[in-house]
Amino acid sequence: MIQAVFIAFILLIVISAGIVLWSKNVLYSAFSLLLTFLGIAALYVLAGADFLAITQLLVYVGGILVLLIFGVMLTNKRGNKENGKNDILSSNTNRFIGFIVAISIFGLLFYAFARANFVDIQAGLFEQADLLPSTQSIGILLMTDFVLPFEVSGILLMATLIGAAYLSSKSKV
Amino acid sequence: MDNSFLSYYLLTSALLFSIGLAVVVTKRNVIVVLMGIELMLNAVNLNLVAFSKNDPEFQGQMFALFIIVVAVCEAVVALAIVLKAHEHFQTINLDEISSNSEK
Repeated sequence: MIQAVFIAFILLIVISAGIVLWSKNVLYSAFSLLLTFLGIAALYVLAGADFLAITQLLVYVGGILVLLIFGVMLTNKRGNKENGKNDILSSNTNRFIGFIVAISIFGLLFYAFARANFVDIQAGLFEQADLLPSTQSIGILLMTDFVLPFEVSGILLMATLIGAAYLSSKSKV
Repeated sequence: MDNSFLSYYLLTSALLFSIGLAVVVTKRNVIVVLMGIELMLNAVNLNLVAFSKNDPEFQGQMFALFIIVVAVCEAVVALAIVLKAHEHFQTINLDEISSNSEK
């Protein structure tokens, strides 16, 4: 049963990522990216990372995707008047080279994963544990072992906020 | 819970990474290129989370959390730059921007 759900989510991810690749319409790409992010959140839940799954939903689906759609809307004010429709199209180049590069990267990764036998390595690494809620442990870790990266990411977010507000202002530099 | 699904996770993330790379290489719209970058970052996160299953220290999950933070910062700054480039060049097609800036 759980395997069927798992395979279904993997198919959802791969098919909607393929639509991102094949679709010429930018908005279709954006909305199939939504399905990809949802499927990845589901895979996080199935791997026992519940807090990360919720973070994925909040940040990617609620933040980055809305930002990308804002970007699409703001950069196409004139619309696409040539064919009478309002679809926003993205042109492709280097199709053959891109396909070759992607296939060879996939072949390389597949070869590495098949040769390295990661499943046995990972199974010998940790004890089998029950799936528990991870939010409390992650909160404690953020304030103890990972406090320096936590504070640094706070500073990074601050710098991003200032930089984005400065860059997107209308001032003539 | 055993971790017999790990090979499926690895296969999925390899597929996602190569699809994201193909999007970055082939598409000429800047926003779609950003989508490809997000796909590649998600593939990496998927690997980290899959390997840190059963880990009592949550190291892989913490690393994935910080990757998400950095991905957000990257997306925000990239979109601000895209808006500025659109204001300057009146297009967000990468080839047109490249040929316009050579003049």
